[in-house]
Amino acid sequence: MEQVTQGWFQDLFKGYGHMLIEGLWVTISLALISYIIGVGLGLLGAWAKLSGSKAANIAGETYTTLIRGIPELVLLFLLYFGLEIALRSLFSLLGIPDFEVDRFTIGAIVLSFICGGYLTETMRGAILAVPKGQMEAARAHGMNRVLAFRRILLPQIWRFALPGMGNTWLVLLKDTSIVSAIGLHELMWASKTGGSNTRQEFTFLFAACVIYLVITAISNFAFQTAERHASRGVVRR
Amino acid sequence: MQWELFTAATTWQAVANGLWVTVKLLSIVLVVGTAAAVPLALARLSKHAIIRWPAWAYMYFFRGTPLLAQLYLVYFGLGGIFAATPAIRQNELLWPFFRDAWWYVLIAFVLNTAAYVAEILRGAIEAVPHGEREAARAHGMSHSLMMRRIVLPKAFRLMLPAYTNEVILTFKATTIASLLPTIFELRGALGQIATRTYAVIEVYLLMAVLYLILTTIITRLLRLLELRLTPYHRPRVDVDPVPVPATGPH
Repeated sequence: MEQVTQGWFQDLFKGYGHMLIEGLWVTISLALISYIIGVGLGLLGAWAKLSGSKAANIAGETYTTLIRGIPELVLLFLLYFGLEIALRSLFSLLGIPDFEVDRFTIGAIVLSFICGGYLTETMRGAILAVPKGQMEAARAHGMNRVLAFRRILLPQIWRFALPGMGNTWLVLLKDTSIVSAIGLHELMWASKTGGSNTRQEFTFLFAACVIYLVITAISNFAFQTAERHASRGVVRR
Repeated sequence: MQWELFTAATTWQAVANGLWVTVKLLSIVLVVGTAAAVPLALARLSKHAIIRWPAWAYMYFFRGTPLLAQLYLVYFGLGGIFAATPAIRQNELLWPFFRDAWWYVLIAFVLNTAAYVAEILRGAIEAVPHGEREAARAHGMSHSLMMRRIVLPKAFRLMLPAYTNEVILTFKATTIASLLPTIFELRGALGQIATRTYAVIEVYLLMAVLYLILTTIITRLLRLLELRLTPYHRPRVDVDPVPVPATGPH
């Protein structure tokens, strides 16, 4: 941190710039972890909604209805306090008093759930977009369901899902900011705290906005590249 | 679990007070934000780079950064600058206005909503079939008359499903307003009850149920509006064929 706390960086952020960098790191890792789990939940949710089992259908439907209908902030607080009380009573039963729930973990759980809810719809649409005959052909060739899913469905799902996945990623990235409400030291918290410590609120908060915009721009580029890669052989550009 | 909380008059008084603030915030933001989105979307589609570029930058900024960051930027950022300006701070008429978090919330939400709705409207304007524009021009309409009479009315109808979605997202986002001091919309008002009674889980469960019900109601209402405004999209109701009177032997 020695090198960057000099020059214009030092002048602009009055020695609190390292907070922004640490916050950025927390934001990015939180978003990435939640996204990876969210994609898994999305595939699972899509499978539940499309499966022949009535119970799975209802579970999938309930999941997306809850995510769509309850504000992120309410879900965050509900799970934060709920898990804290649940885990604390569990650990005190086990004889470990003063158990503190890790905020990063809570944030990642909530954000994965939200992200997975939105991705369920994306994945469902993508699975439906792959012609049914292809799966039937794969099964007719003697592939089992897992192999057919992995070799036939999965490579094609990306092509249809990537635009929606890109959107959800950007929504998730912005949603990480609300985790500052439970006191996680991510970018939003860092810029607000750094700003009020130096009485330079505007500078710090604007810097945070610029950082979000840069991540957005990089993500857009990455998703465009991924989309081109997933559609190779289909769309010529 | 403190179940008596659900029957307490104070809880439902807080729900009523909070809901009133939420509804006020949501309706002002939607009306002003949507109105501001029209010129913004038109500017974004302008032929002239000097008009198009600022609209693009505005929309990129407000769609690319979190609403919370914008809220903080407006309240702590701009508010901090105002508080440090003696001309405002010492002005007895201006300061009560500049000190009130409510105005900052309104401004931040309107700026944000305008950007999102403008993007939806831009897509809808581009989706208006080209033949309709050509027909309007062939009838001798000027560009502005064509926009006003043909393109915008059609675009408004085309954007309705996406707009419904945006209304729900904005409604859910109003909860973020309570992260500023002195804003007690539904989440903020019930949050006070939670702090006072320590019945955090009960209060947040109630909140989740209330929001779930409210989003369902709003979605249903907007779908009805959609059906009214786009009657040609209604699923065709196949009328049972009129039973042919049996021709009995005469």
